[in-house]
Amino acid sequence: MTSAVWLWDLAMAPFVEFAFMRRALVASLALSVSAAPLGVFLTLRRMSLLGDALSHAVLPGVAIGFMLGGLSLTAMALGGVAAGMGVAALAGLVTRFTTLKEDASLAALYLVALALGVILISSHGTQLDLLHILFGSALGVDTPGLLMVAGVASISLLLLAALYRGLVLESFDPGFLHAIGRRGWLWQQGFLMLVVINLVAGFQTLGTLMAVGLMMLPAVSSRLWHDTLPAQLANASGQAMLASLAGLLLSYHFDTPSGPTIIGCAGALYALSLLIAPGGWLPRILVVRHRIG
Amino acid sequence: MVAGGPAVVLRNLTVSYRRHLALHHVSGCFEAGSLTAVVGPNGSGKSTLLKSIMGLVPVEGGRSGGAVQVAPPLRRIAYLPQLAEIDRSFPIEVRDCVLLGCWSAAGAWGGVSRAMGTRIDSALQAVGLEGFARRPIASLSTGQLQRLLFARLAVQDAELILLDEPFNAIDAQTTGALLALVRQWHREGRTVIAVLHDAEQVRQHFPAAVLLARELVAWGPTGDVLVEPSLRRARAMAEAWDDSAGLCDASGAPLHGTAAVSR
Repeated sequence: MTSAVWLWDLAMAPFVEFAFMRRALVASLALSVSAAPLGVFLTLRRMSLLGDALSHAVLPGVAIGFMLGGLSLTAMALGGVAAGMGVAALAGLVTRFTTLKEDASLAALYLVALALGVILISSHGTQLDLLHILFGSALGVDTPGLLMVAGVASISLLLLAALYRGLVLESFDPGFLHAIGRRGWLWQQGFLMLVVINLVAGFQTLGTLMAVGLMMLPAVSSRLWHDTLPAQLANASGQAMLASLAGLLLSYHFDTPSGPTIIGCAGALYALSLLIAPGGWLPRILVVRHRIG
Repeated sequence: MVAGGPAVVLRNLTVSYRRHLALHHVSGCFEAGSLTAVVGPNGSGKSTLLKSIMGLVPVEGGRSGGAVQVAPPLRRIAYLPQLAEIDRSFPIEVRDCVLLGCWSAAGAWGGVSRAMGTRIDSALQAVGLEGFARRPIASLSTGQLQRLLFARLAVQDAELILLDEPFNAIDAQTTGALLALVRQWHREGRTVIAVLHDAEQVRQHFPAAVLLARELVAWGPTGDVLVEPSLRRARAMAEAWDDSAGLCDASGAPLHGTAAVSR
């Protein structure tokens, strides 16, 4: 009986007692379901650092949203999405019509966007306001924020399902897609748009670190576990959810900041995967008897 | 497959990369149902010829200018580029990769019919990859991957098949198996154009040949094309290339700096 009480206090009581814990849990679970699979595609396309680049690229949009609408979540979210999509689309155009590769054109554009964002902020507001936006807190999720994350998660799951086959082909063998006359850049742009709306929803409710971290860390470690894409996608979501739950509980009991603790848990899962997953380190040094044929 | 009539017509086809010529005023036609090898020294524009048929490189005068006329619609053309763009570490199974050959029929959202499944199984069997269906492609060797790509080509059921150096780094046994598949496509009336290096292989298996050295050196039955005078001329033209060449006028006669060829 005592162990049941102990378990209740450890894992259930925080969520039963506090609404902010429940909202934080739901928001991070929603983000886990939608963002982690996108991260798997990003790693497959060798664009693991894109999340970081886009987190800077949305800055001018957020600043303009702030200038026009004040500290309104909707205005800043719309501005951020517009800026992120603008940078992604411009980078896509540069890639398509010049000899530059995707990563190079994105790197150039996000730096310009970041500079523009900093100029806008310093001429039209205090730095404190925008720092708050860029490093939101999982425990500060309010109802509109929760609705935004849930809505974005639902939409992006549906769209990812619709884009899935084209995206697989475009990531795996773009030349083939091009040769059979299908517009590969459409799949790619659709995918980048999904990444942008997920990141922006994540930035503003949970913070940059949470948004990019939940997208990339579970995705990277899921690739160590499976040889097939559907399994990797499911594994990434699962790891992200596990990290969210464990991170929130740890941050509650040990009074640590929630976002970094969740990402720390995802990092611990990554370390564990590095050690024991089939693609990790231990299976390589353990002697495995091979088959005779 | 309708035989007769040209599958591809080239009229004064000229392609340049940053004003450096890759193909210079090439004219001729690939008959429907023909099996043609494209040969020539390195950098003689063989791959560029295939790419301009696919519309993958800008052609002087534009695609609508009539320099390249391709009879089959794009969805009935299959193209195997030199191994480059495929991500071999991608987590995809052999069977799913071959299944992508059905894209023209199934598209991004269509279902996979039982007939498609049968076609995939028989294609895998034709290239000797039965039993590999559920393996990830990362586990395949270079030769096995090329077999896999041939299986995908077979599944595409194309009228016109373009192969860019399909037997590079492939052992003799695999080459033999894949050549058999090419001959079978030829028997089925499909038009096949293949960029190749091995002259002996071309003489044995390809009834027609095109010899390129950025300009057209010879085009016709393989026995007439692969003769020592033409081959020597092709080598000489490739070596005589001049980076500081003058500009070519619109009528197609080189002003100066290029080796003139009489045909």
